[in-house]
Amino acid sequence: MAYVITEEQQLLQESAADVLKKAPVATVRQLRDSRDDKGFSHPLWDDIVQMGWPGIAASEELGGLDFGFRSLGLVMEEKGRSLSASPLLSVCLSSRILQKFGTDQQKEIVQKINAEGTVVACAVQEGDFYQPLDVRCAAIPEKEGYVISGQKDFVADAHVADYLLVSAHSDEGLMTVILNKEQAGVSVEKEFMMDSRYYSKVALDNVRIEKDDVVGSVGKGKEVLNDLTNVGNALLSAELLGLAMETFERTNEYLKERRQFDRPIGSFQALQHRAADLFGELEIAKSISIKALDALDEQDFMTPALCSMAKAKCVQVAQRATNEAIQMFGGIGMTDDEEIGFFLKRARVAAQQFGGYSYHLDRFARMSGY
Amino acid sequence: MSLENFRSEVVEFLQNNCPESMRQPVREESDTFWGGRNATFKNADQEKWFHVMAERGWTTPGWPKEYGGGGLSKDEASILHQEMRRLNCRPPLFSFGIWMLGPALLRFGSEEQRLKYLPDIVNGRTWWCQGYSEPGSGSDLASLQTSAVSDGDHYIVNGQKVWTSYADKADMIFALVRTDNTQKKQIGITFLLIDMEWEGISTRPIKLISGKSPFCETFFDNVRVPKTNVVGEEHGGWSVAKYLLTHERSNISTAVDSDVMTPLSFYAKKSLGIGNDGILKDPAIRAKVAEWEIDGAAFKFTLDRINQEMKAGHSAGAKSSFMKYYASELNKRKYELRLECQGKRALAWEGEDYDEGKIARQFCRSKGNSIEGGTSEIQLNIVAKHILGLPGK
Ligand SMILES: Cc1cc2nc3c(=O)[nH]c(=O)nc-3n(C[C@H](O)[C@H](O)[C@H](O)COP(=O)(O)OP(=O)(O)OC[C@H]3O[C@@H](n4cnc5c(N)ncnc54)[C@H](O)[C@@H]3O)c2cc1C
Repeated sequence: MAYVITEEQQLLQESAADVLKKAPVATVRQLRDSRDDKGFSHPLWDDIVQMGWPGIAASEELGGLDFGFRSLGLVMEEKGRSLSASPLLSVCLSSRILQKFGTDQQKEIVQKINAEGTVVACAVQEGDFYQPLDVRCAAIPEKEGYVISGQKDFVADAHVADYLLVSAHSDEGLMTVILNKEQAGVSVEKEFMMDSRYYSKVALDNVRIEKDDVVGSVGKGKEVLNDLTNVGNALLSAELLGLAMETFERTNEYLKERRQFDRPIGSFQALQHRAADLFGELEIAKSISIKALDALDEQDFMTPALCSMAKAKCVQVAQRATNEAIQMFGGIGMTDDEEIGFFLKRARVAAQQFGGYSYHLDRFARMSGY
Repeated sequence: MSLENFRSEVVEFLQNNCPESMRQPVREESDTFWGGRNATFKNADQEKWFHVMAERGWTTPGWPKEYGGGGLSKDEASILHQEMRRLNCRPPLFSFGIWMLGPALLRFGSEEQRLKYLPDIVNGRTWWCQGYSEPGSGSDLASLQTSAVSDGDHYIVNGQKVWTSYADKADMIFALVRTDNTQKKQIGITFLLIDMEWEGISTRPIKLISGKSPFCETFFDNVRVPKTNVVGEEHGGWSVAKYLLTHERSNISTAVDSDVMTPLSFYAKKSLGIGNDGILKDPAIRAKVAEWEIDGAAFKFTLDRINQEMKAGHSAGAKSSFMKYYASELNKRKYELRLECQGKRALAWEGEDYDEGKIARQFCRSKGNSIEGGTSEIQLNIVAKHILGLPGK
C-alpha cells in the first residue's frame, strides 16, 4: 500500500494539470453562457482520448494503459481542480464494468472506448435518489432475449453517448444490459443542472435486446451494480478532493490579500482557526480517498466499505470547503463573476452522483454490521 | 536481512514472547509499566514482557545501539510497530523519556549526556517527568519565570511548575528555566535536567475531574543544579523545548491511534442492540457512530501516510500540530459517543461491574487531550501560521 506516488504517477498528474488548464473555469462559464449543446469542450475530450485517460485503469489487452485506479484518481483530482466537464467518469466506469463482467464481444466496446472515445453512459439511477438495487425498470423475457421498459434518471453523458449501460430487474434477478442508444424505444431527454452540465432522463419503451446484450449473466446484476457503486464513488471522491483543495487554496490566498480594519482578514484568528481546521479535514479526506482507490487496485476485501467511506468523507469536506469559501470571500463570493460559486455548484452535484452523504454513511454502517 | 524476513522474525518473536495477558487492552493504571528507580511490576507477565523487549533495545526500536536502543532502520521499526499493533501487544514501557526527552537528547545532547541518560531510559531505570508549564505560563510557555541563577559551575533554581504529570513518582525532571531576563522572552530560556531527589524540590498532587491525581505542582527552593546538566546551549533552551514538543504531539496522536483497537460500533451494538432490519436500534446514534468510525479510520490512514511521506523525504514540519489537534478532538468525540451509546453503564463511577468507573473516568480524562501538549487552539494557530502562511497582526 503506497501513499506516496511514483515518479511516473507524478508525471501523469502534472500532464493532467497541464491539459486541463486548456479548459479552466472560464471555459465552464463560457459553455454555460453559450448554452453549448454538449456542455463540455469537444476539443478537450479529443485530447483526453488522445492521451489515453479513458484507459488508464483498463488492461493493455483492451487498449488501456493498466496504470490502475490510484493513477486514474490523480487525473480525477485534477479534473476536480479545474472543474472541466467531460464524459471521462462515465467511460472509465462502464469500461471497468465491461472489462470485469462482460463477454468477449462486450469487451470490444472497451477497445472502442480506448481507441476512439466511444461514450458509454451508466443509466442506473431511477428517480431523485441513487438506490441502485431498488430497480423498477423491467426486463421481460421474449424469444431469445428480453423486452426492457422503464425510466432512468440523472444519467451523466447520455446525451452524447453511443451506448447505455442499463440496470433492470427480471424474474431471474437483477441484470445489467448494454444498449445501443439508437435502438428503437430509447429516448433521451437532457436536463440542465446546477453545475452547468447535462444529465438525462432516459426512457426505455419496449426496447428489445438479445441475451448477448446482458452484461455477464443475468444473476450478476447485483454484483455489477455494487462494483459500479464502488468504483464510481472512489473516483468521485478523488474529484471532490481536488475540487475541495482548489477551493481551499483559493480561499487561503484571498485571506492573505483582502484587507479590512487595516490588516489582512487572514490575520483574524476566527478565520485562521476555521481555515486550519479545514486543512486538517482535507488531509484526512485525502488519505481515505487514496486508500479506497488503492483497495480497488489491490482487490482488497474492504473495498466496498472503503469506497463508501471515501465518498462520504470527501462529500463532507467539499461541502465545508465550498461553504467556507463563499463566507470568507464575503459579498464577492456571492457574485457570478467570482469563480468560487462554480465550485460550490459542482460539489453539490458530484455529491449526489452515485449516492449522497447519507446513502454512503448507511452503506458503510450496514457493511460494518450495524 | 530483507524486510519480509524481518517481519516474519518479528511475528515469531512476538508470538513466542508476548504473554497472552499483555495482548489485552489496558484496563487500569497498573496495567502500564513506567519503570523508574522504585519500579514494581504488577505481575510476572508484565515483568517478562518488559525484560525481553528491553534486552533487545525494542523499548526504543529506532534508537542507536550505542545508547542501548534497538538500532532498527525506520522501515524495520515501523514493521515492529505494525506487528505489535496487529497482535494487540501493549507497549512494554510507558515513558516520557522515550516519547520526549530521548529524541531531544539525540538531537541536542552532548555525547556524555546521551551515554549517561539514554540507556537508563531504554532499560526503564529512570522515570522522567516534564517541567514546562507554570501557573502564569501555559499556552504562553515562553513567558516562564522559574529562575536559574549562575553560581560558579552550578545554577540555583527557584520557582514553581504546575501540571507536572507523575512528578510525585518520577526520578528526574527535564525543566525549562529562565537564565536571562533582559531579552525577548524566547531567548534566555535554558533546558535543564534535574534529579527529583535533590535538596529543595517538593511536589503536591492535584486531583483531577477523573478523580485521579496523576499530576502535581512542583516547587523548586534553592535547588543546586550542575551546569553540565544543561541540554543544548545556555539561554538556547527554546529550540530544544520546541523540538521536544513536536515529539510529544506526535506521540499523543499515536496514542489515540492505538486506542481505537475496539471499534465504537462494538459498544453501540452491545448496548443498543440490532433490530430485525439488521441495523442499530437508535438511528440518530447510528449515524454519529458511522461518522466517527470513518474519521477514526481516515485518521489512522493519515498517520500511515505521513509516516510514508517522511520516509520518502518530505518534512512533517507542523503536521504534528494538526495531527495532535485531530487526534484529541477525535478522542473527545469518541468518549461523548460512548456515553451516548452505553447509557447508565458508562456513567458508573465505581463498582466491580463497571471496571471501577473506567468509562466515565476516561471520558473525563479525554477532556485533557485538547489541553495537554499545547491546546487545540494553539495547534490551530501553528497550522495557520506555519502551514497556511496566514499573517499575524
Ligand atoms: C492531562 C494533562 C497533562 C499535562 N502534563 C503536563 C506535564 O507533564 N508537564 C507540563 O509542563 N505541563 C503539562 N500539562 C500542562 C499543559 O501543557 C497546559 O495546561 C497547556 O499548555 C495549557 O496551558 P494552561 O492550562 O495554562 O491554559 P491557558 O494557556 O491559560 O489557556 C486557557 C484557554 O485559552 C486559550 N488560549 C490561550 N492562548 C491562546 C491564543 N494565543 N489563541 C487562542 N486561544 C488561546 C487556550 O487554548 C485555552 O482554551 C498537562 C496538562 C494536562 C491537561
